[in-house]
Amino acid sequence: MSGKPRLTYLNGRGRMESIRWLLAAAGVEFEEVYLETKEQYDKLIKDGFLLFQQVPLVEIDGMKMVQTRAIMSYIAGKYNLHGKDLKERALIDMYVEGISDLMQMILMFPFSPPEAKEKNLESIKERATNRYFPVFEKILKQHGQDFLVGNKFSWADVQLMEAILAVEEKVPAVLSGFPQLQVFKTKMSNMPTIKKFLQPGSPRKPPPDAHYVETVLKIFKK
Amino acid sequence: MSAKPKLYYFDGRGKMESIRWLLAAAGVEFEEEYLETRDQYEKLLQGGFLLFQQVPMVEIDGMRMVQTRAILSYIAAKYNLYGKDLKERALIDMYVGGTDDLMDFIIMFPFLAAEDKEKQHAVIVQKATSRYFPVYEKVLKDHGQDFLVGNNFSWADVHLLEAILMVEENKSDAFKERISSIPAIKKFLEPGSQRKPIPDDKYVETVRRVLRMYYDVKAN
Repeated sequence: MSGKPRLTYLNGRGRMESIRWLLAAAGVEFEEVYLETKEQYDKLIKDGFLLFQQVPLVEIDGMKMVQTRAIMSYIAGKYNLHGKDLKERALIDMYVEGISDLMQMILMFPFSPPEAKEKNLESIKERATNRYFPVFEKILKQHGQDFLVGNKFSWADVQLMEAILAVEEKVPAVLSGFPQLQVFKTKMSNMPTIKKFLQPGSPRKPPPDAHYVETVLKIFKK
Repeated sequence: MSAKPKLYYFDGRGKMESIRWLLAAAGVEFEEEYLETRDQYEKLLQGGFLLFQQVPMVEIDGMRMVQTRAILSYIAAKYNLYGKDLKERALIDMYVGGTDDLMDFIIMFPFLAAEDKEKQHAVIVQKATSRYFPVYEKVLKDHGQDFLVGNNFSWADVHLLEAILMVEENKSDAFKERISSIPAIKKFLEPGSQRKPIPDDKYVETVRRVLRMYYDVKAN
């Protein structure tokens, strides 16, 4: 195992994208292995690489880690992006979990049948605008600091930034009622590691297209 | 806010049960407030008690915590059930992630349409016996220790026991007996504890009524 973490996933966002974001934000270089065929996936399972027969898989510090949350918690802990104490960690965890619920809707969207897409898009817009973004708008307004927790850059900021951009791709004017989030988005975009990740040629993956959906269905079909 | 943690949820298992298990296993007494009417829920919403408008909510150490995973992580760390270092925590998180995925299949079960239930039952058994339980079986066999991680009782053990009992499998007999006999757990397993029973029609009705969730959940 080389020094760098190694990510095994499809060549697309899915559940691995949040991990790419977090590593990138932490300034950590990583390698990637892309699953393109069912045979590759079956071989990983057969060779015992995937604890629960699932990806994401991240090889890091001698471990073959699976389970997205476990992986991100480890990275956040290792690179000091998980708060300074238990209470800050609790806040970060709450915020990340909430955003993750919103991201889940976006994750599933490409796989919904055509007739459900309009309704699902409306749900994403509704949840972002009424349930999730108002919470973070209020937090930032109340403490007036640049970052969500403890006046320090953390996993929560990275996850929120990812979510804002992901929702904007589907609902371009979604931040129009959220001035604090607009400022937050600008500030995050200018942070060196995030700025780099947002440039072409970075490991950031494009939005899922038909080919990506096809590959997922092909590799994971029973 | 009282000194004891206070749990806000329906009078039933759902997503709160894992939290009850963990608190009980840590020997922590807690209070509960049960949601029975839509009005109660709306009152909590209007009072700004629910960060993302959802339960579970646990009042603990001056915080109103939501998001099951965040709550469980906090309790685990506070009561030293989260391993001794980052790597042990990583293992615990991985194992809990697995049992969580398995329990999700079971938690949604009562809310499925009748025609999906039969199939889902088969899915639960299949996942338990071919994807999840073999992993823990192997972990225990490989290190030969009493507990899953670091030779120390942790959140992972509590969560696995809960999953085992939920699936009502006897795959891990020795583990099940061992963990069941830990005093705090034994107490939780006795009648009169705060352990909730298997969800029944009344529970499903209450959840639907309070959350206005009058659709059937789709099976995965």
